[in-house]
Amino acid sequence: MSVTFPDVNGRFGDFGGKFVPETLIVPLLEIEAALQKAMKDDGFIETFHQELKTYSGRPTPLTFASQLTHAIGGPSIYLKREDLNHTGAHKLNNAIGQALLAKRMGKTKIIAETGAGQHGVAAATVAAKLGLKCKVFMGEKDIERQQLNVFRMKLLGAEVIAVSSGSKTLKDATNEAIRHWVAHCDDEYYLIGSVVGPHPYPKMVRDFQRIIGDETMAQLGGEIPDRIYACVGGGSNAMGIFYPFLNKEVELVGVEAAGKGVHSSHHAATLTKGTPGVIHGSMTYLLQDEYGQIVEPYSISAGLDYPGVGPEHAYLHKTKGVRYEAVTDDEALQAIKTLSQTEGIIPAVESAHAIAQALKEANQLEQHQSIVINVSGRGDKDMHTIMNYFKGELGA
Amino acid sequence: MKLANSSAFTQRLTKMEKLFIPFMMSGDPTPELTIELAYTLQQSGADVIELGVPYSDPLADGPTIQRAASRALAQGMNIQRAMELVPNMRKKGVEIPIVLFTYYNPVLQYGIERLMEQLQAHEIDALLVPDIPLEQRDAISGLAEQYGIPLISLVAPNSAQRVQTIVKQASGFLYCVSSLGVTGERTVLNPDIVAFLAQVKRHSHVPVAVGFGISTNEQVKSIFEHADGVIIGSKMINIIEEKRQQLVQEETREMALQQIKREIMQLVQA
Repeated sequence: MSVTFPDVNGRFGDFGGKFVPETLIVPLLEIEAALQKAMKDDGFIETFHQELKTYSGRPTPLTFASQLTHAIGGPSIYLKREDLNHTGAHKLNNAIGQALLAKRMGKTKIIAETGAGQHGVAAATVAAKLGLKCKVFMGEKDIERQQLNVFRMKLLGAEVIAVSSGSKTLKDATNEAIRHWVAHCDDEYYLIGSVVGPHPYPKMVRDFQRIIGDETMAQLGGEIPDRIYACVGGGSNAMGIFYPFLNKEVELVGVEAAGKGVHSSHHAATLTKGTPGVIHGSMTYLLQDEYGQIVEPYSISAGLDYPGVGPEHAYLHKTKGVRYEAVTDDEALQAIKTLSQTEGIIPAVESAHAIAQALKEANQLEQHQSIVINVSGRGDKDMHTIMNYFKGELGA
Repeated sequence: MKLANSSAFTQRLTKMEKLFIPFMMSGDPTPELTIELAYTLQQSGADVIELGVPYSDPLADGPTIQRAASRALAQGMNIQRAMELVPNMRKKGVEIPIVLFTYYNPVLQYGIERLMEQLQAHEIDALLVPDIPLEQRDAISGLAEQYGIPLISLVAPNSAQRVQTIVKQASGFLYCVSSLGVTGERTVLNPDIVAFLAQVKRHSHVPVAVGFGISTNEQVKSIFEHADGVIIGSKMINIIEEKRQQLVQEETREMALQQIKREIMQLVQA
């Protein structure tokens, strides 16, 4: 498998590219040029890794889940602990990288979109740390559902802009961030939170997130696991852990949100059920109707509740470089309970999708085999959702 | 079937001065009224109509056109029905060229070749896809050429050295974005626009029309001093939006159409 994608046009095979109004082309070219230079500059790379280490707390551990492995009686289960990053998820890796780039480009303001608020918090955090002004676009519906993260962003000094257009969720927050950027691209930098959007974002976010996979490989001491599981909304934690393993003998499994079931109309399983099209400036798979109108997704997990997916995932889906599955709300919530009670780790509801799929398939593997699950974030932000779900049970 | 001829469209426009190009959203307030309103626009002096296909996620549009799109989608409007309005406009007496404006995703789902075929079959004069920049133009330009459908190109104030490459491929008219940002009324136009327009006009072999933010007669007049045409979108939607109730009711419709015509004529008078 080739790992030299994207090509010069930002294409991953048929996917990716830059489907944006003319006004955004020059700002995107500027970012591309700055990124290329930065990635070849040892000073920039060193600063990035220094911040990851001394500010975010990397490397994150690779934890052997001994109790869970024992309970399943199957392969050895390892957990990549992105939940232990500063701010509680893998999102900060990318936010640090892009904010350093923005600063290097001489920008003093960043903007970001957010769904559940994790990327918004990461952007607000790094903006505070690097002395940048930060505006976060967030759908009105999500603001209502994620009051605590809204307050966290404000406490960090960011301005949270309520988005009332469309369905008032992540899709619309992204639209509104892009619309704002079109008007202010001369002095503001758009810090996208996932491997989505027009070129060079999918590549850039992947390259800032690949630290997850690089560390995992080093922590395994040269051994290659049999399978790696990661959840996929836009797909940044999955691209991060998969990318260094793409040409290795390992089965990569991306897990989407099946919501109330992929046969219902309430899911966010873009690769499983979607069709190719353009969303947020990129050719990829998306949930849409026969006339190309984008359909609202559903998942209990706000971080997976997105009607598109990163174009590199679309490519890996089509070329079968990664196997994509989908897990329902119920399965994910049960996995949260399992991991909490066997390992003392409460995962984010997003990450729980990867855990659920791994547990479902564990009996396909032998005891001498091993799997890695990317625990992309911690469950603190989801306590309310989890409590509501287990109402009546557990004394909640 | 008449074979659409790109050079005929271009030639027709080249001879004209002070082009007035209004935008209207198919299906807003209703499909029937879109036909009536197209005729009113022609009566008001429109030289070309930009006919919008509603889209759920219009990245280049501000709140006014977003609202119009939502209303149109609620009316069941789609790319097929939008094209079907055009022969009815012709029956009603609309003779001016019509440009279909649509985002790329509805085109992709409909099928690029099927769209070109249908544009030709419905005698639609040109196509404008705002999220297909120069770099992605290949995706549709081959078939557009084959079916003789001119593709309208856009240039922006930050296009810089790209302007020359873009204008080389321009047909019909060149859509010049007045300032950075999305569509919607602006109280003040970009002060650098004069220099920008001079640069564009120097290179362009087709008429240069300016859009985004134009909403007053003063702005129209000042654009006409430096360009060949104005494109007015959000302001048109607003004018129609205000008369929505009167338009929908049959007893007041004719009066509302007359008022709209007067208002537009005042807006664009040179």
